[in-house]
Formats: sequence, structure tokens, C-alpha cells
Amino acid sequence: MNNTAYAIEMLNITKRFPGIVANDNVTLQLKHGEIHALLGENGAGKSTLMSVLFGMYAAEEGVIKKDGKVVKINSPNDANDLGIGMVHQHFKMVECFSVLDNIILGVEDTKLGFLQKKKAREKVQALSERYGLHVDPDAIIEDITVGMQQRTEILKMLYRDNEILIFDEPTAVLTPQEIEELLQIMKNLAAEGKSVLFITHKLNEIMAVADRCSILRKGKYVGTVEVKDCTREQLSRMMVGRDVEFAVQKEPANPADEVLRVKDLCLASKRGKRNSVNNVSFSVRAGEIVCIAGIDGNGQSELVCGLTGLEPISSGSVHFSGIDITRAPIRKRSLMGMSHIPEDRHKHGLVLDYTLEDNMILQRYFKPEFTNKCGFLRRKNIRGYATRLIEKFDVRSGQGPVTLARSMSGGNQQRAIIAREIACDPKLLIAVQPTRGVDVGAIEYIHKQLVAERDAGKAILLVSLELDEVMSVSDRILVMYEGEIVGELDPKTTTVQELGLYMAGAKKEVVQ
Amino acid sequence: MILLLQYTLIFASVLLLVALGGCFSERSGVINIGLEGIMVMGGLGGALVLKFLPPEAGVFPMVLLAVLASALFGMLFSLLLAVASISFKADQTIVGTAMNMLAVAAATVFVKAMNTKISAAEGGKDVSSDILFPHTKDLLIVRIDSFEFNWFMPVALACLIISFIVLYKTRFGLRLRSCGEHPQASASVGISVTKMRYAGVLISGVLGGIGGLTFITAGVSKWTFEHGVAGFGFLAMAVMIFGSWHPLKIALAALLFGFFRALGNVYTGFDLLTMLNIPGVVYNMLPYIISLVVLAFTSKKSRAPKAAGIPYEKGSR
Amino acid sequence: MKKENTSQSPRKNRFAALFSSLIRKDWFQTIFSSLVCIAGGLLVGFIALLIIEPSGAVEAILAIIRCFFKFGNTGMILKYFGQTLVRSVPLLMCALSVLFAYKAGMFNIGVAGQYTAGACIALYAAIAWHLPWYLCLLLAILVGAALGALAGLLKTAFNVNVVISGIMLNWIALYLTNQILGTVKTITNDTPELSGTYQSALLPKLGLDQLFNGEKSVTIAIPLAILIAIAVWVVLYKTKFGYELKATGHNPHAAQYAGMKSNLNIVLTMAISGGIAALGAGLLFLTGITKWDTGISSLPAEGFNGIAVAFLGGLSPLGSLLSSFFIQYITFGGTFVSTDFYSPHISSLISSLIIYLCAFSAFIKYIIGVCLRKHDEKIAAQAAQKHEEGGTEE
Repeated sequence: MNNTAYAIEMLNITKRFPGIVANDNVTLQLKHGEIHALLGENGAGKSTLMSVLFGMYAAEEGVIKKDGKVVKINSPNDANDLGIGMVHQHFKMVECFSVLDNIILGVEDTKLGFLQKKKAREKVQALSERYGLHVDPDAIIEDITVGMQQRTEILKMLYRDNEILIFDEPTAVLTPQEIEELLQIMKNLAAEGKSVLFITHKLNEIMAVADRCSILRKGKYVGTVEVKDCTREQLSRMMVGRDVEFAVQKEPANPADEVLRVKDLCLASKRGKRNSVNNVSFSVRAGEIVCIAGIDGNGQSELVCGLTGLEPISSGSVHFSGIDITRAPIRKRSLMGMSHIPEDRHKHGLVLDYTLEDNMILQRYFKPEFTNKCGFLRRKNIRGYATRLIEKFDVRSGQGPVTLARSMSGGNQQRAIIAREIACDPKLLIAVQPTRGVDVGAIEYIHKQLVAERDAGKAILLVSLELDEVMSVSDRILVMYEGEIVGELDPKTTTVQELGLYMAGAKKEVVQ
Repeated sequence: MILLLQYTLIFASVLLLVALGGCFSERSGVINIGLEGIMVMGGLGGALVLKFLPPEAGVFPMVLLAVLASALFGMLFSLLLAVASISFKADQTIVGTAMNMLAVAAATVFVKAMNTKISAAEGGKDVSSDILFPHTKDLLIVRIDSFEFNWFMPVALACLIISFIVLYKTRFGLRLRSCGEHPQASASVGISVTKMRYAGVLISGVLGGIGGLTFITAGVSKWTFEHGVAGFGFLAMAVMIFGSWHPLKIALAALLFGFFRALGNVYTGFDLLTMLNIPGVVYNMLPYIISLVVLAFTSKKSRAPKAAGIPYEKGSR
Repeated sequence: MKKENTSQSPRKNRFAALFSSLIRKDWFQTIFSSLVCIAGGLLVGFIALLIIEPSGAVEAILAIIRCFFKFGNTGMILKYFGQTLVRSVPLLMCALSVLFAYKAGMFNIGVAGQYTAGACIALYAAIAWHLPWYLCLLLAILVGAALGALAGLLKTAFNVNVVISGIMLNWIALYLTNQILGTVKTITNDTPELSGTYQSALLPKLGLDQLFNGEKSVTIAIPLAILIAIAVWVVLYKTKFGYELKATGHNPHAAQYAGMKSNLNIVLTMAISGGIAALGAGLLFLTGITKWDTGISSLPAEGFNGIAVAFLGGLSPLGSLLSSFFIQYITFGGTFVSTDFYSPHISSLISSLIIYLCAFSAFIKYIIGVCLRKHDEKIAAQAAQKHEEGGTEE
């Protein structure tokens, strides 16, 4: 009888993939009109569970109930028919289509197979006004902001009259202010009787909006709690299985000589006429961690490409250890002591079809240590070098140095890259989102390594989208907004709110 | 001059049809390198109808049946690509290359076997890979003064209009295009990417097949299947890229390429061109050279469908 | 009952154990899937023969498989074996060309054009300029390399799809070749016989022909091709250049990140690839076994068959040694088919079917992987069950 209180129930779900059990007897019950958080680390099985709910995967065991009745969900269509909708972490939208086309895709009105968009447009506009979403139905997706794209995803669910709304890590791409707006939208939706499932690993947001919270750890169901009866610490312990140090332990910095000097740097944008990086000037000194903060897509990636030589610089200059490297090739920068932990480890950081040992020498393969005078590789030395790094940095893999990089876990791939970059004994370490997509253990490890490198007198430039990371790891914060540096902050004196205002472009100062 | 116009139009029709085929396939997310082979197979289907149907059948049944046969042959052949690349996620380039070789080999073997049998029955020995259709070829053509109007020209035009409407005005087109850009998005709203891609590839087979028939009937009333279609499938791909995967722009590109191809056939008819005394081989190479030059200027900023060539995996993002 | 099962036949078990350890090796899986492709190709070819004329189909497919062994006379067999080897050389070279570029991420379909250009220059140098064989070969390599590099440049500088530019260059090369060789052709459209007037252009034999019952076309081309295959293997797997090249092929972004000059490597790889293909043409035409027909209007089959050879050989230089011989063997076998019903093209049908099936080799390996995993799980489950049973008994 009690069952009818639940809008959707996933009972004792087990889903196996070759080699791993992604969901092991997981239960999730969502009440009508509540905001229910699903908490878990990367790889805890949240996405798999949602894919099961959406009929993308079939679970080996367990049942799904809607309003107390057992249902079979074999495809996203079934889920949609049951009124389940989802805002995916990576938006599921066709970038060159208009907002309206994306919304109607899959549920188009037609007459004799021809598209009828008039009614759809009216409905979208009405919904947009009712929930304060402010979306132009005729805009092309790739031209609008990430926040607006997310609101389009929400409209997509509302257009389908979905009752159960799932948000998968929705705040990762938003400014603190946008996050607040989103949380408010979620509250409004719940108030109108919609059931909201909120997937996240950010405890603050759970504390702010969720009524109840279910926790997953390594594919297993840990429990469901009333949020108002819990503390942040309790939740995090349930998520990780042990106490976590929130703050990174570090001494105050002792900045020494200037290592990197960037002056009036501009990079042309690939799309449109505006510069993606515009008149950026700053410097990084040995023994300090400088963090570039900002919302994704405000020129940070391009800035790093310019500094490391991946993209040509259109004007301005970069000096490294006092030498002008504005036009220097990548290899020269690397040999001068610039290390780079790339943003996308699969795109730039690793050759996935190479073995771990071959990846360990990616920038150093040509050195006499690894290649003899006739151009032949010195396999024995490569094996030895890789083995040393693997041991020193505790990189775990199936077959040691000859493991294919592709078969390693994300966390260990990242460890391998960090090992490789630090082992070069760089003067400057550029780390772009080094903790993206790795578990809490690896995050702690990576932060410790960064601080250790700083204390060893290296200059560190960290690019991060995670506010916690920005605040706890850095010694100095530079905020980027629309390709420009709009503020320099001291993490000891500033607040997250102030940082947010800069990140959103609401506040601006002229940085010398 | 009229001859130039006539050849330009007929070759443009071929390129248009085949490039539209490529467009459907790539818009759905499958790169169709095998267009060349599809043309050969379509040509075979159509040629058989032209050879065996009595001329008394009349113009419209003739054109209709020939088009249907070539479309059917092209479609069946394109299944090879669809099954391999969509269901088995095989490398689309290898499959396409294999199809091009396979089509020529299979058509040759088949036509030679057919000729051998027929001639043996008549007491002769014909082991060529030719199909002749002298009587029916005339039916495909309407002479207006010295201009030879070919029934495949309006067929191509109709296909152009239908393609445009299907791609941009129908539910099917919207869904097809979404599969070539972001198949995960399509799947998330319940569209079957597999079905859409099959549809895209099969349509490319139909259009490619008709294009193949148009090609072999463009010139003389005989076709030697050992020769394949001389890279026309690939020229059509160049046309598609130059036309940035859009039917109307493809039509313009096809006219341009058709013109250069036609020059090779008729340059001797122009006093100006004969005076220049350029060897004939230059005109023969012209379409290929032009396509290289055009591709060099357009490839850098061309926007291919984002997911074209990437097999769709259910779990990936 | 269980005991009986396990002790049934030790020899069979040993064989099963050997097989189960081999099937886990990547190279064995490659060979296995290539054999599946060959079997599939022959099977479909046989079906085609059956459809055309059922009465002679068995005889025809046997003729293809038996090929020159039908002569039963050692002298003849050796002679034709030698010829088959000579004609496998260009196939091997085209395959090496294809796989070398493929390792760097380029699908060099322009191999046919590079091969054509190589034939053109080697023959023209021999006939028009009376150059000795080594200079002819050198010129062929240079021209092929230039053509390959052009496709590479179009890719790196203008982002032109290599497959399309390759095809366009193929036809341009063919037209030019017919034009150029047309200036030195005999009345029959063919290029003239090399022996006699152009003796110096013929490849030296070093007595190798004696091994093959005096087959005149057997020359140093055969050992040279094998050496080149080994050299390609060494370059790919043992050198710094190979490391860079494969990195570029697997992940061009990572190669750029690592400071490799990806664009230069791509052009260089395409040049080497083109050079190898053109050399292959030189190594065939300068044996005097065949002539260039300036009247042809389709590209020479070696180029596209080279693609078949490369994939059938598992994209390995050493595998290509075997597969090039195999493809040439069945191509030659096709000429023994009775032309009363069938055409020799049945061989090219079979080889194109084989490439088509090779596209499934990743799938075949995947199936092997799935079977192995299921097998392992079953064994693990059995072991666990046994363990449990033992535990409860005690």
C-alpha cells in the first residue's frame, strides 16, 4: 500500500559488464514531488543505473516499478512513455539544429510525414515563459551559452510532459550564480508536483535542495537518508567509505624567481571573429601554484594551447625562464622544462593503443637514453625507466609496463600522465583539470603531488573548473571570463561567492 | 555548343544522383566509399532491362523499369556496406574499397557468363563483358533540334527536389540528419540509429544505382563492365564535399563538374580549344584535376556531418 | 564419471591446451581470422560458380586451388612457381605500401596510381633513355614518392581526404602514363620487349633463374622484395621513426602534444609508401615478364589487390609475404578455369570477397574474445563449484 507513495522504484538492480559488476543489488525509490539526490563518486555506478532506467542497458536482475506497478523499459521510448526525462551530463543535442528542432526530435508532429512546427513552437514558448527559462526556439544550439543549452534540455523534458525529471551532474558546467538559478528551477519543478532525481557528487548542492539522498559506492547500494538529518561529513563518509580530508594540507608558498611571463597574449578564435584569448597578461613564479579559474569555455583551454604551443599565438609574447618562446615549437618548450598535464587525457595525453611503457616516453623517446645513434629504440632502457616510474607513482595496471593504456582505469591513466610529466623534472608544470573524472583517492593523491612539486620549487599553473579545488590548492587565483583575465584573487581572503561573480563576468578589475 | 550543354547536363545528372546518394549516407553517419561499386551494380541492373526488354514496350515502361532495376540492384548491393559497417561496426573505408572491387569483378563474371551462354546457344563464342542495348538507347532520348534530351535528366531533377524535401521538411529527414550529427542524442529520444543508418545507406544505394545507369547510357549504347565507372563514384564524393552535404549546393557543384567532364567529350568541336592545341589527355584528366583543386580550397573549412564514419556504440557519449 | 572424462585422451587434451594457449595470442587470432576470410571468400566464389553452371563448379574451384600443381611435372611446377613469385613481388610491394601508410593513419588508396607512375617512369627510362636497371628503379621510386607526398601534402596543408585525392591522382597518373608511354610504344599499343635492345634495363638474375628450371623472369626482384618487407617491419617496430609514425596513426593529437612533427611525418610516410609501390612496378616490369598496354582504360589490378594482401596479412609485413603469394596464386589459378562457362575474373571476385570479409576481422577477434571469456568464466564457475562441493563434504 505504501508503494504508491513512490513515483518510480528501482529494486535490487544488478547490471554486469564483462569483468565488472557496475550495479550490485542497487535500490532507488523516488517519491512524488520530492528532490532526491543520488550521490556517488566517479565510477560508483550512477550513470549505469540511469542507463538501466532509460532502457539503454537491460539489467540482469531486479525490477522497476512505476506508481507501484512493475514496468519493462527496453528503450528510451518506453522511458519517455512512462514520463521519465533526463538532462544528461553531456547534453544530448544536435549542435547544428535549432532549439526547436532539438526539442521536437523524436516526438515530432507530422502531417503525411511532413513536419508541423507551428504548434510545437507555441508550446515551447509557453513553457519557456511559465518556468522562466528564456530560450529562443529559433537559435542554433552551437551559438547559445551552455546555461541556455541546459535550459533547452529542461524544456525538452517539459515539452514531453515528463513527470520524473533526472538531472545528471547538471552543475559541472555552470557558474555559482547559474547553479543557484538551476537549483531554484528544480525547486519550482518539485513544487509543481514533478519528481526530481538529482545526480551529483557535490555535497553542498545536496544539502541545499534535496529532500532525501541515496548513496552508491563502487557499484553497491549504501543507503538512503533524509538530508535534513545528516551532515556533510556523514554523507561524504557514506560516499567514500572513510573520512576524507577536505582541505589540502599545505604550507604558505615561498615564491621565488619568475618562471613564466605572459604579456598581452591573444589567440584568434576558430569560430567567429572575436579572440578566444584576449590581451592576457600574468606571470607565474617558482614555488607557487597559480590557478586559472573560470567557467568551461571562457578561453582557458585556448590559453593553455597557446602556452604549450599546440595553437599559434596571434599577438603578444610568452617568456619562459627569461627566454622568448612565443613562436617556439612544442618540443623546444618541453625540453626547456615545460610539462603539461592535458585537459583531455584520451585526446592528447595518451596513445591509447600503445603500451604503458611507450606512453611513458612520449616526449622523451628520442633522447640517447631511449634511442641509439642509428635511430633504433633501446627497449631495455625504456622498460627500466617505465618500471621505475610505475613503482614510484604507484600506477596500477594488469601487466605492468606492457599493459595497453586503453585497458587501464581512468584514475591510473591519469597517474601515468602525472608520473610522466613530473618525472621530466620540469620548471613549470601546467596542469589542466588534473582531477577530472578520477575517484576521490586519486584526487587526494594528485593534489598532494601538486603541492609537493610546488614545495620542490616548481612553478605550477593549474586550470580548474572545480571551485573546491581552486580554493584549496592554489596560492593565487586568476579568473578568466570571455577570454580575458577579469580578476586576481587571494584564496585566503576571497569567498566562493566573490569568485562566482568574477566567473560570471559580473565583476571585473584591471589586472596589472 | 549544344553538344557541350547536352553532355554537361547528362554528366551533371549522373554526378548529382550519386552525390545525393552519398549525401543521404553521410548525413545518416556512414561514409560511403563504395558508391563507385554501387554505380556499377545499378548500371548492370538497368542495362539488363535495356537489353532484354523489347523496344516495343514503350518509353515510359522502359525508363521506369530500367530505373527500378538499377535502384534495386544498387540498394541490394549497398546492403553489403550497411550490414558490415552498421551491424558489425567494420571499417567503412575497407568495406567501401572492397565493394568497389567486388562490383566490377562480380559484374564482369556475371556478364561474361551470360554472354558465353547466350552465344553458345547461338553457336558462337562471345566472352566479352559488354552489354549492348542499341534499340532501347534511342528510346531514352528525345531529339529537340540537335539537342539530345535524355529522360534521366528529369529523373535527376526529380530526385534533387525529393531529396531536398525529404531531408529538410520531413520527420524522417530530421531524424536522419540527427543520426549523422549526434547519434547518442537521437538514441536518447528513442530514435533507432541503426534503422536510420540502414535507411541512409539503402537510399544511397538507390540513388547511386540510378546514377550508375545514367552514366552507362550517357554515351554510346554499349557498356563494358570490366572497366567499372572510371572513378565517377569518387568524383561524386568530391561534388558532395564541394556542395557541403546540401542538395541544392550539390546540384550547382554537379553542374560545374559535369561541365569539365563534358569538355573532354566535345573539346574538338570548339575552334578556340582546338587552336590552343592542348593534347586530348589534358581534357580527360581535367575533372580529376579540378576536383583536387576544388577539394584543396574547400576541405579545410568544410563541415562534414560530425558523426560520419564513426560506428555508433550504445554506451559511448 | 568425471574421472573418465578427464583421462579420456591425453593427446587430445594436450592439443586442446596448446590451442587454448595459442588462441589467446594476438598473432594467432590474426592468422585465424585471415583463414576464416579465405575460407569465406572461396566458399562464396564456389557458390557463384555453382550459380553460373553447376556441372563444372567443383572442377573449376579445384582448378583455382590446384593452380599450377595440375602439371604434375616438377619442371613445369617450378617454372610456374617462379612466375607466381615474380608476380607476387608487385603485390607484396603494394601491400607494404598500403600497410606502411595505414600504420600512420592514412588509407593510401592511391597505391594504384603510384604503381602506375612507377611503371611509367621505369619503362620510359629504360626505353627512351637506355638507362640501366638500378637507375630506372631509382627514378621510379622518386616519382612514386613524389606522387605519394603530393597526397600527403594535400592532406596536411588542405585537409583533403586521402582516399578521394588518391583516387583522383590514380586516374591522372593513368592518363599521363598512357600518354607518355604512348610515345615509345610499338604498333600494338604495348611497350617494346626489353630483352635485346634494352638489355641493360633488365634486372640481374644472379643465377636465381636456375633454381626455377630456368624461368627467365626470376631475378633479384624476389629476394629484394623480401628484404624490403623485413626492412619495413624493422622500421615500424624497432626504430624511433616507427614509434613516431605509429603514434601519429593511433592518435595524431597525442603525437602533436608530444612535439612530433605530425605533418612532416605524414608527408614522409606517404612519400615512402608511394616509393615502395612504384618500386614494386619497377620490380615487375623490368623482369620483362610483361609489357605495359597503353590502350588500357582501367587501373592495374596490383594496386587494389595490394590492399587485399595487406589486410589479409593482418597489416603485418611478414604476414603480407604469405598473403601476397596466396592472392597471386589464386589469381593465377583463375586462368586455369575452363572458359567454356566461366571467366578468369572469378579470382578477382574471390580476392575482393576476401577483403570484404577482412573488414570483419575485428569482429571475428571480438567473437574469439567473447568465447574465451565465457570459457574462462565457465571453468572458474566449475572450479568454484568443485571447491564448494569439496568444502561441504569435509
